[in-house]
Amino acid sequence: MQRIPLISQEQQQRIALRNQPDTTRLWQILDAVKDPEIPALSIWDLGVLQDIEVSNDGVLVIITPTYSGCPAMDTIADDIRAALAAAAISPVRVRTRLAPAWTTDWLSAKGREQLRSYGIAPPEQSGADELTPDSGISCPHCGSVQTRRISEFGSTACKALFRCNDCSEPFDYFKKI
Amino acid sequence: MMSEQQLQQATFEYTLRLGDDALVLGHRISEWVRNGPFLEEDIAYGNVALDYIGRARMFYGYAAELADDGRTEDSFAYTRSEREFSNLLINELPRGDFAYSQVRQLLVDIYANLFLTRLLQSKDATLAAIAAKAIKESRYHLRRSREWVIRLGDGTEESQHRCQLALDDIWGYSHEMFEMDALEQQLADAGIGVDVSSLRDDWLVQIREILAEATLQLPADDWKVSGGRDGYHTEFLGHLLTELQIVHRSYPGCQW
Repeated sequence: MQRIPLISQEQQQRIALRNQPDTTRLWQILDAVKDPEIPALSIWDLGVLQDIEVSNDGVLVIITPTYSGCPAMDTIADDIRAALAAAAISPVRVRTRLAPAWTTDWLSAKGREQLRSYGIAPPEQSGADELTPDSGISCPHCGSVQTRRISEFGSTACKALFRCNDCSEPFDYFKKI
Repeated sequence: MMSEQQLQQATFEYTLRLGDDALVLGHRISEWVRNGPFLEEDIAYGNVALDYIGRARMFYGYAAELADDGRTEDSFAYTRSEREFSNLLINELPRGDFAYSQVRQLLVDIYANLFLTRLLQSKDATLAAIAAKAIKESRYHLRRSREWVIRLGDGTEESQHRCQLALDDIWGYSHEMFEMDALEQQLADAGIGVDVSSLRDDWLVQIREILAEATLQLPADDWKVSGGRDGYHTEFLGHLLTELQIVHRSYPGCQW
């Protein structure tokens, strides 16, 4: 019988990471660390938080940048250290890992809904080239798909700028990469 | 055959070149912030500049790791003079008008997409990882510069004129992107670097197609300038570095 998975393989693997008994508590602590640019979203749901390793040398937290020049990475690393220090966990090291490169596929289902309710349209499957489409992104305010792209590059590297033809509101779209 | 140590030194120099390309172009593009023709383009250039500066940090960070002599990404960016920078000249040309910057960006973006596609196959895992990160961004950059060059070229008489002037002016600096020297040949042979001389045919196919749509004329290949890889630069790089490095030069070692 064909088995139809409800979540992607990447998501399954990511969830499996959280269920290792020696790090469960650490994952829960770090759920409180939010993206400084999008405070609705935890770094886990964003896919920036990659892994936690516990060894005799302490705790190693591995993160990956969304975009190469993302200025939020330093703040995120500081916030991770602060959150773990507040729970009396030390020593802590934060390491940036580049491969595999961050992809919007790592946004969790919860994260996508949080983005939408924050007023940012989550990434959608677009055309064959997978770049941002010039219309048809669902408006996070009124739900209409009668929308058009105003600019490929928005207020941060990860977003493009759209406008809704129905409710006339401009909105950010989280670009698929 | 190169020894392990020679190979590491060569990879260091190669990585530094790629970092220099990214930093110099990133800084140049950042000059459009608050100078864009309208807000969205101002922001778009800010974004592209940030992508390049982030790319420079990844290359410089890796170069520092390879050098393993106490130098950091900041030492490479802030404490070298123009003769020590090895970026390609096309990246340091001034920003010019909007058409000039978009034409340069188109030539560089097509090249970057071809180059990074090859660098993905590098036997050096870090260079391949940086390429995987950067190529996602370069695809977006190319779509924008392509759209703008078509819009300006196939636009008004004035915008077409300015685009053609820019193209004729920049074209002679494009050849350097496809030149190989001994270092790059060694690294290409070792499966670490990219044989850029093999990229030009594909590059030209894309350029021709876009220029035809933009009603612009492909310039003749009758002059070229090169020397960036050896540290011989146009007068523009020194001025760029002066601005880039002034704070660090004035307050050595300062952190913020």
